Amino acid sequence: MLFDPLARLGRAGLGVLERLGRAHRLLLAILLGSAEVLLRPRLLIAQLYNIGVLSVLIISVSGLFVGMVLGLQGHYVLARFGAVESLGLMVAASLVRELGPVVTALLVAGRAGSALSAEIGLMKATEQLAGLELMAVDPVRRILAPRFYGGVLAMPLLAAIFSAVGVLGGFFVGVGLLGVDAGAFWSQMQNQVDFREDIVNGVIKSLVFGVVVTWIALFQGHDCVPTSEGVSRATTRTVVLGALAVLGLDFILTALMFGD
Amino acid sequence: MSITKGYQVRLAQVRRRRVAPMSEPIIEQPAPVTGGGDVLVRIRGLVFRRGGRAIFDGVELDIRRGAVTAIMGPSGTGKTTLLKLITGQLPPDAGTIEFDGEPVRARDRAALYRLRRRMGMLFQSGALLTDLSVFDNVAYPLREHGRLPASLLRKLVLLKLEAVGLRGARDLMPAELSGGMARRVALARAIALDPDMVLYDEPFTGQDPISMGVLVALIRQLNDASNLTSLVVSHDVRETAQIADYIYLIARGQVIAQGSPEALARDASPWVRQFMDAKPDGPVHFHHPAPALEADLFTRGRH
Repeated sequence: MLFDPLARLGRAGLGVLERLGRAHRLLLAILLGSAEVLLRPRLLIAQLYNIGVLSVLIISVSGLFVGMVLGLQGHYVLARFGAVESLGLMVAASLVRELGPVVTALLVAGRAGSALSAEIGLMKATEQLAGLELMAVDPVRRILAPRFYGGVLAMPLLAAIFSAVGVLGGFFVGVGLLGVDAGAFWSQMQNQVDFREDIVNGVIKSLVFGVVVTWIALFQGHDCVPTSEGVSRATTRTVVLGALAVLGLDFILTALMFGD
Repeated sequence: MSITKGYQVRLAQVRRRRVAPMSEPIIEQPAPVTGGGDVLVRIRGLVFRRGGRAIFDGVELDIRRGAVTAIMGPSGTGKTTLLKLITGQLPPDAGTIEFDGEPVRARDRAALYRLRRRMGMLFQSGALLTDLSVFDNVAYPLREHGRLPASLLRKLVLLKLEAVGLRGARDLMPAELSGGMARRVALARAIALDPDMVLYDEPFTGQDPISMGVLVALIRQLNDASNLTSLVVSHDVRETAQIADYIYLIARGQVIAQGSPEALARDASPWVRQFMDAKPDGPVHFHHPAPALEADLFTRGRH
């Protein structure tokens, strides 16, 4: 009796470790099945469409509003120091270093990640994955690997779209509404945003988020209890764990990239 | 002639062609049918546990080439689990399963996939890929495992669909099919690679009488016309007994009776009689094990 809570804690810990082990085994199997993606590029293109192209609208609209808010808030702060000409720099640096990769990853986890988990979970529940196995077709190579690479490749492209539209949103508010000089807006941005330091690091962040978000989504779908409740839990876990992983990893990556 | 009558006539024709029954039944402690080269699947000393409970405890059975073999038993006796063990989806805890003399090893993926190309399986749900049309579902294994010219692939797929009577449904999506049609499409897909053996998981469950008659006739016809070996897992006694050459009855983790349908129909053991005659009570009790009703009603409990 005395050790019951301890035993429960131990069981929960073992459960987490077991799931982590299964998740890593799945990732390894996906990576070993990468050749399938090269041999059948059509599978990858279909997933780039599903995960990437179908997310463009939500990414663009979100990017536009985030950029507009940045323009407003940035102008408010910079005006105190008489540096409103630096608004372009502030908006662009914030987007390519932080907000672009992070908000895109959160949105992809919510839109495409949950869809991936539900799709794979339902394929499991309706025995479609078992059916492929019985046709001597490996579902990890045929179904999961193209989705994984689709997610990994789509993420930096979507983040780039998010940042570009966000800059336009900042420009619209800063220059169009608040009267910041357009030449100063663009020239500050062009001179001060560093390709390697800002843009490449942002792309690296996006790639890492792409791996993590897609991996979590695929694992949750593949590992779910094959019932309607199980699929529902898997999609919820994908969004929650995906968002937490992105935010946690963002801090670690930022510390590694930009910390002294 | 009505549709059902037509199928009954066809069924009677195919039943006349079916292979001879193997032997008289051996009840309670059956010895496996001796096979040698005549046996396609040989199971010896099969033990499988789930959560500490033995689903199978020393099952021994043989599936003869060219025959329709049925595995029957009440729900929850592990019939579908047995299919998963034969197809290597689950590894047994002990014992051996051989397919055509080669051991089925669930953990040797390459060898397993080689074996699975020689098996087709009809799932209870059909398991059709929902984003592909009927044609593409049947073409799927052919495209995955071969590089056939498009014209030849088309002919093959149409022939498979013709065999199940659904050539005209080639452009439909799985969501547009009835349950019976979905199972027939799944059957066409299962035989697409011309397997040695087709496994049927509860093929008659939830079917209307016409669809059931169609499936019953199809299983027998395909078996005989394509020189297949068929393994039917079912608890539908009448339909399965119509087409099976040999039946294994499974309960309590063991084969408790086996024999031809005619032999089992004559068998007097209480368990066989309860199952074959669909009696609600007998050796398999109506009530799930529970404490006495009075004790349960007059004590406090969580439920």
